[in-house]
Amino acid sequence: MMDEGTELSLTIAQIVQRLKATHLHSQIERQAKECLHRPEIQLESLKEDVRNFLKASGWERKLQNAVYRELHVQPLPSHHAAPPEHAKEPLAYMRKAQVNWEKRILKSLNSMCTELGVPLARKRPAVEQKELANKWNEMGTDEPDLSRFRPVYAPKDFLEVLISLRNPNHDSSEEASAKSHWGLIQVPLHDRDIPQMREAYSELSLTTGQLGIDDHTHVPPDLFESEHIRIGKKVVNEQDSAAAQQYSRQGCPTGLRADLWALILNSTNEPEDVMHYEQLKAGVIHHDLLVDNLIYKDVKLTASNDDYYFVFEDFLYQVLLCFSRDTAVLEHFGYNSATPPKSYIQGKVGVEEFAVVYPPNGVIPFHGFSMYVAPLCFLYNEPSKLYSVFREMYVRYFFRLHSVSSSTSGIVSLCLQFERLLQTHLPQLFYHLREIGAQPLRIAFKWMVRAFSGYLSTDQLLLLWDRILGYDSLEIVAVLAAAVFAFRAENLMEVTSLTSAEAVLADLSTLKVMPLIQIFLFATVI
Amino acid sequence: MSKNKTAGYKGPYGYQKRREGDGRSCVRYKCGLTNTIQDVLRQRPGWMEVKDDGEWDFNWCDVGWLRENFDHSYMEEHVRICHFRNHYELTRKNLMVKNLKRYRKTLEREAGRIEASKCDFFPRTFELPSEYHLFVEEFKRSPGSTWIMKPVARSQGKGIFLFQKLKDIMDWKKDGSRSEEQRDETQVESYVAQRYIENPYLISGRKFDLRVYVLVTSYIPLKAWLYRDGFARFSSTRFSLTSIDDQYVHLTNVAVQKTAPDYDPEKGCKWQMQQLRRYLTARHGTETIEALFKDVDNIFVRSLQSVQKVIINDKHCFELYGYDILLDQDLKPWLIEVNASPSLTASSKEDYDMKCCLLEDTLHIVDMEGRLTGREKRVGGYDLMWNDGPVYREDINLETLGSACFTANTHLGCVNDRKKQLRQLLKPFPGKKRI
Repeated sequence: MMDEGTELSLTIAQIVQRLKATHLHSQIERQAKECLHRPEIQLESLKEDVRNFLKASGWERKLQNAVYRELHVQPLPSHHAAPPEHAKEPLAYMRKAQVNWEKRILKSLNSMCTELGVPLARKRPAVEQKELANKWNEMGTDEPDLSRFRPVYAPKDFLEVLISLRNPNHDSSEEASAKSHWGLIQVPLHDRDIPQMREAYSELSLTTGQLGIDDHTHVPPDLFESEHIRIGKKVVNEQDSAAAQQYSRQGCPTGLRADLWALILNSTNEPEDVMHYEQLKAGVIHHDLLVDNLIYKDVKLTASNDDYYFVFEDFLYQVLLCFSRDTAVLEHFGYNSATPPKSYIQGKVGVEEFAVVYPPNGVIPFHGFSMYVAPLCFLYNEPSKLYSVFREMYVRYFFRLHSVSSSTSGIVSLCLQFERLLQTHLPQLFYHLREIGAQPLRIAFKWMVRAFSGYLSTDQLLLLWDRILGYDSLEIVAVLAAAVFAFRAENLMEVTSLTSAEAVLADLSTLKVMPLIQIFLFATVI
Repeated sequence: MSKNKTAGYKGPYGYQKRREGDGRSCVRYKCGLTNTIQDVLRQRPGWMEVKDDGEWDFNWCDVGWLRENFDHSYMEEHVRICHFRNHYELTRKNLMVKNLKRYRKTLEREAGRIEASKCDFFPRTFELPSEYHLFVEEFKRSPGSTWIMKPVARSQGKGIFLFQKLKDIMDWKKDGSRSEEQRDETQVESYVAQRYIENPYLISGRKFDLRVYVLVTSYIPLKAWLYRDGFARFSSTRFSLTSIDDQYVHLTNVAVQKTAPDYDPEKGCKWQMQQLRRYLTARHGTETIEALFKDVDNIFVRSLQSVQKVIINDKHCFELYGYDILLDQDLKPWLIEVNASPSLTASSKEDYDMKCCLLEDTLHIVDMEGRLTGREKRVGGYDLMWNDGPVYREDINLETLGSACFTANTHLGCVNDRKKQLRQLLKPFPGKKRI
């Protein structure tokens, strides 16, 4: 173990290293140089004066936000001797499972490629390029023949992988008792119990005001809502990431949410961001990728059929097609247990110089992937801004929902957390469902993989994602899943098959998430 | 309240009955339509359908029946019918425009330019062929503009087309592009030519319009209710001025959209009003959108005021209007049309539920059963918008009179917790236990 001092200096060094490469650094440098002309900058107190100027003009705040972002996204250095793969995933058996899963996905992709005779990537002829450029804002009107394409995998395939996870060092034979785990996930990861969560999620307690509860029609607005909105406006004016994150725990007002989320994610829409997006767009126009068809198919099958999101079909293509080509996303594989699939130029398999990451961003979309983007279309209208926010959300949160890892926000932990909460607080229900062959995770998995997108009504979903951002964790998704089962427990006790259990839980569109979560965390008898 | 109010039965909440003998426990109804309204009427406790020529207390008729029978029917005091005799003053495009223009002129004369400008919510419109020359003048004043031609009396988007050159109407006049049914008509049909709104507000490149429901129970004095629910109807294709022949782009009526080649009935080209309001608020902020909805309220009130003196007021009549509103990119709302028979056919389960609630609440307000006092500001999903004067959310009394901030009592696109409100408001139906 390193002592705190070394750890801190290591972290600082790392962050400085990362920020040195960014546009923000050159901007601040330029600002500092230009301010030298100002009368209030004196030679004797140069350092102090420049610092004060940067503070007053808001640049210090921007730097603060950038540092804050780095702290969130980068894992803390564990040990100077730890190999880089430990930053991705410390547990060897998890790494191995992820590698095997990736092999399967890649095999599936390659065989589809061979079967259909479609290349992984192809340069578009000039005529096609021109056509696509003209149709950029209405790609949804295209009706390509997608019948031959299948999604590379669906969430239920991934669930089977998670169910088969075993820790080789764990002797489960010792625990064959009533205390043993009834659920499908059989790995001994750390989970939290309700008293611990009550402390962690104290802002959601019964006595604290919430959007999603205390902004309801019969509650007078001066009790909570008006003041909360006033504070929200102040936070946006101050442009403070950390404050925005703390604020978001009690929910974001509809009119301020877009700004607040962008602030929390430190997602900017500067000219350089717009230019980056335009470059990606140019990439889409020049080359056609096999995964593009997978994206088309996914959007047509999911978002286009959704009452709320069908209208955003074109935005989804504009974001996802660019996302596939964004090599900046490769950065997140430093802390993602997954590794981007590699493809080799024809004839040079195995030769590293001819290896190419495929798709360029290393993320192979699966069935339902477009639902990560769809709710954001409610908040952002400009494609480059929408893209920027989505990308940041992906590299901070969404990637954890479809990779095998031991992270507390990872899907494995969420599943385990869900099952443990259910077993501890609704044992009768869990037992009953198990007996009729309706393991709860089989139903709840699809909700959690998508962070409930497409299952809740949009306003409720956004309130949930407010808290994901506020607490910088996906754990609340597992809590909600358990709370939903608790809410429908009475009906579920009556069912006698998996199909009828699924029917009871088929429609979540009328649920109000915050009361459910609040009651589950703070009103459950322990 | 009036002096001759009987101090009779006070219900559980202290509400007084309006007049003795006014409430009916058995209502005989006639219904000329075969959609959602049938279900609602059938399920109403104590209401029974009468067939053929039986006597009725309540009639939900279509405008055809009204035209043929109204003048020959004698209606007792308690009887109610769902249309005003000359509703077409508001709902026929040419008459509505005429009435609005006249009202605007009066307003300008009496209250000045600024007040009159509050009526500028309908695009420049001319009746053809009578105002043909005025139209040509205006047309020439704005070169390159797009106009839309609409038959005066038809619905569901039939007979509508866009044009940018006078030549297009010349051709049309010569029967060039008219359909069979139009050519068979012996009468010369009236059309209106209206300035097409070329910069509609688009969501994800798609044009949409709003359908809002307004219930009028009396014109003199004017009493109007606004329903909280409604919907936005999307065109199934992206908006572009380059293809003005493509009526699927420009017309957002569901009836037209249903015939479009890529129409997917599962898709549902509709958003609930709440969804739209939330989306707009997220994009533009609360204050801007509150101002927008205030402008929308203004459209309802002014349009009704413009026909107030023309409509034959009859205490037997009430009418449920479907208003079509279009937003432009500057977030200005425009009145496209008012429908006296808004479609009650449901396009989806959600739509069916909404229309059932709308019709149930309409019947609550018509109040054949005599359960209301007449002082309510809200009944189910309806908010009282105008009652011979603006209606405010706040109660006006001596203390609040000096205050300048009164908010209108309208909640379009807001939460509609009607079940709860109705439970608190209404006594149970005669003979039924409160659930």
